[in-house]
Amino acid sequence: MAAVLRSPTTIVGLMIIAIIAVGASASPNFLSATYLLQQLQISSFLGVVALGALGVIVLGQIDLSIPWTMTSAAIAATSVVGVGAAAQDVWSTELAMPIGLAVGAFIGLVNGIGVALLRVPAMIWTLGINAVILGLCIFITGGFAPPGEASPLMRSLAVGRTLGLPNALYVWLGVSAVAAFLLTRTYIGRAIVAIGNGERAAYLSGIATQGVVILVFVFAGMCSALGGLLLAGYANQAYQTMGDPYLLPVIAAIVIGGTSIQGGSGSVTGMLLGVVFMTLLTSVLSVLQMPDPHRQIIYGAVILVTLLLYGRFNRPIT
Amino acid sequence: MVAAEIAPERRRRSPLSLPPGAWRLALPLVVLAILFGVLIAIHPRGLAVASMTPWANQAVTLAFVAVGQFFVVVTRGLDLSIGAVLALSNALASELVSGTPLEIAVGVVAVLAVGCLCGAINGVAVVFGRIQPIVATLATGAIYTGLALIVRPTPGGDVDEALSDLLTYETFGFFPTSLILLFAVVYLVWWPLSRTVLGRSLYAIGSNESAAFMSGLNPKRARLLAHVLAGFFAACGGLFLAFQTLSGDASVGFSYTLNSIAAVVIGGASLAGGVGTVIGVIAGAYLLRTISTIMIFTGLPPMAQPLFEGLVLLAAVSVGAIEMITSRNKLKVLR
Repeated sequence: MAAVLRSPTTIVGLMIIAIIAVGASASPNFLSATYLLQQLQISSFLGVVALGALGVIVLGQIDLSIPWTMTSAAIAATSVVGVGAAAQDVWSTELAMPIGLAVGAFIGLVNGIGVALLRVPAMIWTLGINAVILGLCIFITGGFAPPGEASPLMRSLAVGRTLGLPNALYVWLGVSAVAAFLLTRTYIGRAIVAIGNGERAAYLSGIATQGVVILVFVFAGMCSALGGLLLAGYANQAYQTMGDPYLLPVIAAIVIGGTSIQGGSGSVTGMLLGVVFMTLLTSVLSVLQMPDPHRQIIYGAVILVTLLLYGRFNRPIT
Repeated sequence: MVAAEIAPERRRRSPLSLPPGAWRLALPLVVLAILFGVLIAIHPRGLAVASMTPWANQAVTLAFVAVGQFFVVVTRGLDLSIGAVLALSNALASELVSGTPLEIAVGVVAVLAVGCLCGAINGVAVVFGRIQPIVATLATGAIYTGLALIVRPTPGGDVDEALSDLLTYETFGFFPTSLILLFAVVYLVWWPLSRTVLGRSLYAIGSNESAAFMSGLNPKRARLLAHVLAGFFAACGGLFLAFQTLSGDASVGFSYTLNSIAAVVIGGASLAGGVGTVIGVIAGAYLLRTISTIMIFTGLPPMAQPLFEGLVLLAAVSVGAIEMITSRNKLKVLR
């Protein structure tokens, strides 16, 4: 019982309830189904990206190329639609999403090769890749927002509703279910956890560690791309800074969900709650009409306090 | 493959080869020297006071921040709030460092003290809060950025011009004062420390924390010191940036955080801790900034510059990969 009370999932759950209580006392609309469903819809963009990042963090690595993987996938997809519309090509709208995802997969592949084969620390390699994609996008688009718009499929996934629930929520839960299954029930999931605990040992027990690392980075790239595509569908366009506000909340959501940044363990359920927590926190602060600097301070302080609680409750045995 | 691991290394070193690990310091210095040569060759003014002072000045801020980052990295940590501390001290400097000489002196001391305090808060969160450095500084970084925005919502402010001129021009008419300042501050702080047990223990706990603990060193104190040093040097960077631009800007932080990590790695330190030198890291910072300057003078279209900067960063950090690919024993490259 005590262990359940101390688990990160319980703590985040309680903090989510606390945030909803604060929000409800500030604005009566906060508890309405419309508002909460909209929060879940916004959460799903962050949530999809965080799923990919979770795999990378469980490996004991980190992916700092999230912002521009999202942006470049969105730019590629909307440009395909734009070019297709100009050429009156009916196939281009169908191709937009696959092309966006392929961009993400390719970036993930390059990330994985750098980390697994060249053995450059992920922190610095993915940072460099982020700079290169940024450079490529600015070079190609000339620094302007690319012409074009989201394809009908992207729009429908991002803002459409089925049976009263946002489609984005289905996408998020679907990808989460796949990720949770992969991580806890399959060979590859066990391999990821093993590598996070010690790549040497994993290699000696017969795991093709480099292949697994590359695979996880490709998955992460595709998740970031999907997040970017959904966001572009939501805004019906791609813009240069769309991915920037996602990097830090993604890492915060994962860590608040109880996953160690050092790798070797991870919880998809905890992370789902972490994502909802981060989204609600942002939204409550805007409901309270907090100016941006104060918002930043409270944001940081809440993350810090949550993690301090974890540290208090889970004293390591030394 | 396992047999190869057990067999002792039999490679004989030639008399000319460097002692193990020395290439980590030599490489950034040599590359910086080459790039410096290239810069002089293509700079319209060549080797002149008018070209050297701006070259020296533009990397001082990054060099300060990178040195701060290095002390945390060497203990096997990472400070993601360092850019935010820089922004906060830069914003504070634009409020405090003007007026009478006494006011200026108090202002400078106050800015440095706030930097140390930010570092100390990071250190306490890491050491006593037992939060991973990356995550703890991610959170405190948001707090410091918010504070910087409260101090200076829009870029501007006022910084004493006389002191600025003194620090950003030349000594004896030809030597950039900023370089003297950089080395003086780093030397005055780090040289005495590096001769104490506490200073040495920064490297020791980064290399092997339990061994360091067993040998009677105090990992908590060392880690705390590393974060305070990071805050102090970030504040030095923020102050110098204020002198350089004569104003404060709360939004400068994040790119400095990322570039400081890049400078530390290019300067020969290992993110796994325990390895690296302050001189190498300063060279790493100058290397990054020299590349940007060279690109301006090569007539590369401005839109292509971010792309080339990224490619150069990737190329620089891939140099170590040669060792990995040529190694015949896979276990050596896995940790």
